[in-house]
Amino acid sequence: MSATSRVIGRARRRVDARAKVTGQTRFADDIMFPRMVHCRLLRSTQPHARIAAIDVSRAARVEGVHFVLTGKDFPVPYGILPVSNDEHALCPDKVRFVGDPVAAVIARDEVTAEHAVQQIEVSYEPLRTFASPAESLGHDEPRIHDYGDHGNVHKAVALQFGDVDAAIASAAHVFDDVFFFEGSTHLPIEQHATVALKDPDGKLVVYSSTQTPHYLHRALAKVLAMPAAHIRVVATPNGGGFGGKSDPFNHEIVVAKAALLLDRPVKICLSREEVFLCHRGRHPVLMRFRTGVNDDGTIAGMDLQTLLDGGAYGSYGVASTFYTGALQTVTYNIPRYRFRGCRVFTNKPPCGPKRGHGTPQSRFGQEVQLDKIAEHLRVDPAEFRLRIVVPPDSLTANYMRVTTIGLADCIRRVVDRSQWEDKFRKLPLGRGVGLACSSYLSGAGLPIYWNDMPHSGVQLKLDRSGGVTAFCGATEIGQGSDDVLVGLIAEVLGIDPFDVRAVTGDTDLTPVDLGSYSSRVTLMMGNAAIQAAERARDILASAVSDRLEIPSDRIVFADRRVFDSERPDHGLTFQEAVCIAEAKFGTIGTIGSYTPPKSAGHYKGGGVGPTPTYSYSASVVEVEVDPQTGWITVPRVWIAHDIGCALNPTLVRGQIEGSVYMGLGEALMEEQAFRRLPPRMSRALVHKFPSMLEYKSPTSLDMPEIFTDLIEHPDPEGPFGAKEVGQGPLLPIMPAVANAVYDAVGVRVDQIPVTPEKIVRALQAKTAGKPARSGPTAFPDIAWPEPLLVAPPWEHGDGRASNEKRKSVAVRS
Amino acid sequence: MMKIRLTSTVNHEPVELLVEDYKTLLEVLREDLGLTGTKHGCELGECGACAVLVDGEPLLSCLLLAVESEGRHIETVEGLATGGRLHPLQESFADLGAAQCGYCIPGMLMTAKALLDSEPHPSRERICEALSGNLCRCTGYLQIVEAVEAAATSADTDIPAQVRR
Repeated sequence: MSATSRVIGRARRRVDARAKVTGQTRFADDIMFPRMVHCRLLRSTQPHARIAAIDVSRAARVEGVHFVLTGKDFPVPYGILPVSNDEHALCPDKVRFVGDPVAAVIARDEVTAEHAVQQIEVSYEPLRTFASPAESLGHDEPRIHDYGDHGNVHKAVALQFGDVDAAIASAAHVFDDVFFFEGSTHLPIEQHATVALKDPDGKLVVYSSTQTPHYLHRALAKVLAMPAAHIRVVATPNGGGFGGKSDPFNHEIVVAKAALLLDRPVKICLSREEVFLCHRGRHPVLMRFRTGVNDDGTIAGMDLQTLLDGGAYGSYGVASTFYTGALQTVTYNIPRYRFRGCRVFTNKPPCGPKRGHGTPQSRFGQEVQLDKIAEHLRVDPAEFRLRIVVPPDSLTANYMRVTTIGLADCIRRVVDRSQWEDKFRKLPLGRGVGLACSSYLSGAGLPIYWNDMPHSGVQLKLDRSGGVTAFCGATEIGQGSDDVLVGLIAEVLGIDPFDVRAVTGDTDLTPVDLGSYSSRVTLMMGNAAIQAAERARDILASAVSDRLEIPSDRIVFADRRVFDSERPDHGLTFQEAVCIAEAKFGTIGTIGSYTPPKSAGHYKGGGVGPTPTYSYSASVVEVEVDPQTGWITVPRVWIAHDIGCALNPTLVRGQIEGSVYMGLGEALMEEQAFRRLPPRMSRALVHKFPSMLEYKSPTSLDMPEIFTDLIEHPDPEGPFGAKEVGQGPLLPIMPAVANAVYDAVGVRVDQIPVTPEKIVRALQAKTAGKPARSGPTAFPDIAWPEPLLVAPPWEHGDGRASNEKRKSVAVRS
Repeated sequence: MMKIRLTSTVNHEPVELLVEDYKTLLEVLREDLGLTGTKHGCELGECGACAVLVDGEPLLSCLLLAVESEGRHIETVEGLATGGRLHPLQESFADLGAAQCGYCIPGMLMTAKALLDSEPHPSRERICEALSGNLCRCTGYLQIVEAVEAAATSADTDIPAQVRR
């Protein structure tokens, strides 16, 4: 029953393209209902303060205001991770950053609501403000939260895989480097928006620009103390996500509650400034890599410490912390490894998952350090990496299971295509090339909350019209998940993708999919879709084999026909096949489910990092740097990505180029930065530039030429062998830029973003006879917990920690 | 709050309505006329998502008061396809992966249309320059630029001029 591939691997117009180019895609703020009212939030002007009193009486009297909500209306806390349910829809007693929501006005229109918001009087009792991890580590009191490891340390973790100290001590060369990666934000062009209403049956319906409708559904049920079965969450197509719409948000809960109270539709659309304040973006991370290298260029051991500036709430932070040390081992052989990570609370908007979630920061440090090691050992950085690439079908020191690995092919491809050997260390002063690699998950191996259920489910409905409808909870955030869904089903059933209707991201109608995060959708939804489609194909094949009087294994599905492989003209149309199957079996519906393989690591924290299969990328970036001004431009980028199988090459290319773009933004300009207001004002810690003009991101004029290559060795875990592509290709860009700057002007910028100012500073240091670098010089002393001791697989380990007392409870990503 | 009578043409159809004096053209298009194809990303003139054509010129509708469009001709993404056929830009954007999340696309399309209407064969540099005020966070712009190039080529070959208008 093999059908030749008609859909998979062909560059196609995505199924939702027409809606997008005609302006008919309905984003959350495009939804309007009769009698709809509007909500605006009052946000804290203090970075850290107790709320002494809130007076809403004047606001409530404004004509057109229905009511004002405050923290007392939302007693139940929530948060994306069960271990850090530390948020309230409106702050009940304390604010933790400038922008923390304090009150909400529901009014007939936005203007009235905003006017009334200004009438709310809040008296604050300011508390000491923590602007940086150093300040938070230096003062245990006042605590920003009354939970966490201690003081203002949210989470400190330590994992050790083999005797890393002995390995480094006996290594021929030891490299000790400190790096810093500044925070950045997602900057989706769509501002977050939500519309909530009571349906005619009295149940709650919430339309929202969320990447994770299932998790929002759970949060709403908890906070509103309602049966989840009486809540419907519809994820509208997201106008960009990148991780920034993955948490349940204050505004979503506020308008849900307001709609229930008022029994009218309630809408909120955040302003651009509020989108900056919601954040949940890239954690600023300070990191220290101590790496022992043998004379033959192999790595003896690595000791990594990371310090994450978490901002004011937990968000995904515990997972983010583990992620800063989870994937170092899946690219290169590191036989002994220690990772210690610490996330502290500060009085800034909360950090969370941005494209690459926790891994780009330490990937940057690792790849720049490898460049330094290769330089020191006088080996070509590509050759150096090729010698230490992880073998396929192996377990790493920290029990990450590697299946297929196309990293060596990626490296060779970009080296070849970029004419690396003619350029590296050979270009004139001011021009340079840099190489870096990376890896990312094709979906987190564990869900956010503990359960044994599938991560993705797909239902198919086929009927006598010949139409196929696919139902799945997956969320279309622009990445093309609807297209993947219908493309796979069309391939299996031998029909056109436009013959399949996708119904997605609706908790009333669709089976659960955990959401569009961790690059999980193509693999997990895809496998569920194939299972559902193959079951439908089997039902049809059974009916058709009766009709044609041939064995079912001779039946082919292709070109909207179902026919005999030995007599291709002998067959039925797809619609006729559905009709005879419906007559024979009754109403046709099938299901598919996907649950990832179990993790190999059984230590606490071992649940962050595993995935069914890792993608790999390598990139060469060419830069031009003015040695006088440090002005830097990127004319060309070569990138190769191990994708297993490109389901729709048009979309794959878009994900890779979009990743390169976003990586260049982080590498060169983007900063989620803060400043203190002067003492004559409040000294409050405020966002430096919550505006798209001042928060610099690349424009069409800043884009380089990008040469993309795909490495396609189908992975047995993926649908038709496919791996992820949405996040991995971002990761090598930042270190490749930094490495290229060194090739161009001979100085190291060990911090992101790589700005002209930092390049000039490094050049000046070099001229002054100081180390030719710009970047942090020290990593603070942190009171680390005793590491969990896990013997690597090659030291007779079984994936468990020898010193873990209680039964391991894996922390999930 | 005062309401003002506004008479203009939207996508070649006359429009007459009463609008609040403080409302931007963006708000009137989306909220009063239900033309939600025009998007907003900042309402401060920073992102380009709300670009529409006013008398053929690409302008940011979030920075225009609706009353400023009195007597003028406004074109939005809803008016781009004519006679049941997508505009060449829409075809090429759809085919070449220029639309990922699609949120910036209406603004991109209108800006690109203004460019092609005045310069049917722009260089790549001109396209990048013309689109540089329209932020896209998904694509890295390359597929968008290629789609504009492709539309400029296809418009010569197979699309009658009256359909392009």
